Amino acid sequence: MSPTNYLLLSGLLFTVGAVGVLVRRNAIVVFMCIELMLNAVNLSLVTFARINGTLDGQVMAFFVMVVAAAEVVVGLAIIMSIFRTRRSSSVDDANLLKY
Amino acid sequence: MILAQVADATAGDTGVGEAIVFWILGPVALAAAVSMIFARNAVHSALFLVMTMLSLAILYMMQQAPFLGFVQIIVYTGAVMMLFLFVLMLVGRDSSDSVVEVLRGQRVAGALLGLAFALLLVAGVGRTMFAVPSTGLGSGAANGNITGIGRLIFTDYLLPFELTSALLITAALGAMVLAFAQKKPKAKLGQRAAVVARLRGDRISPLPGPGVYATANSVAVPALLPDGSIARESLSDIIEGHEVDETPRPPSDAHSLQGRRKELDS
Repeated sequence: MSPTNYLLLSGLLFTVGAVGVLVRRNAIVVFMCIELMLNAVNLSLVTFARINGTLDGQVMAFFVMVVAAAEVVVGLAIIMSIFRTRRSSSVDDANLLKY
Repeated sequence: MILAQVADATAGDTGVGEAIVFWILGPVALAAAVSMIFARNAVHSALFLVMTMLSLAILYMMQQAPFLGFVQIIVYTGAVMMLFLFVLMLVGRDSSDSVVEVLRGQRVAGALLGLAFALLLVAGVGRTMFAVPSTGLGSGAANGNITGIGRLIFTDYLLPFELTSALLITAALGAMVLAFAQKKPKAKLGQRAAVVARLRGDRISPLPGPGVYATANSVAVPALLPDGSIARESLSDIIEGHEVDETPRPPSDAHSLQGRRKELDS
């Protein structure tokens, strides 16, 4: 088995996440699908680091994790404040950022 | 650590043990991801995503990245997914997806696009990356994985690393600003101002208490005024009041001023 299989798995996971973003309506589930896409890219970065024999890919994956953590915090806060004003977490109902 | 050592032994190419782990955990991760999409309940979606992330963490460890594997478990499944669950519980667990399609045929189009994208990725990666010689990290991480990553972060990637600290502080502040309930607290009145407001207002006395009856003694039942009608002020705005029959007006009392006047009227 070559490390290419990891890349294939990562591509499939990324696709599943992208389809989830397109198909689902619940904002929180859409957010989870974005997390899945970030994770898939992390897997490919780790695999590239191994194929190239340098640690730079792993450092990149580390930075992706940090940025994802910050993104989740802000995004969930936005979802909560939208839910507080509109009483709904569906992406179809939100058409204004204020009020 | 043991996993990383096993992987180090087969530096470049993957060994049999790793192949077994991959063929168990890869399908598990993929199946959990697919069921995350199809799960109706958002909490189930979150738990399926946790499953995918845990499988990916073990795959990281197999790929000579034990540090990232543990960070994945601690940060992603430990912190991020728990945050997701907290928000799900706050927003309402039963906020299930609407089945109504706002754009007609959007789901089918999305699924088709996803399928095409997967074919493109798999075909492209499979053709170009097939039988790529993999050097492995045996030489790159001489002093261990964590030492190597630490050295890289604090030398070559020092500026981005410092920028992440600014990013994290900004994110924490932004989350506090966004999630803070903007309910303006009532302006606190002083004693003198409260008295003046009460005397200038339309009601000087305190509001009447609730009614006490033989059948009910609760704040939800209104009090009755002396003439038998319901005292609206005795009910709280927040509490949903119970129905109370207005007592039939008692036969006018000969000693009561009102009754006498009524008799005089009639």
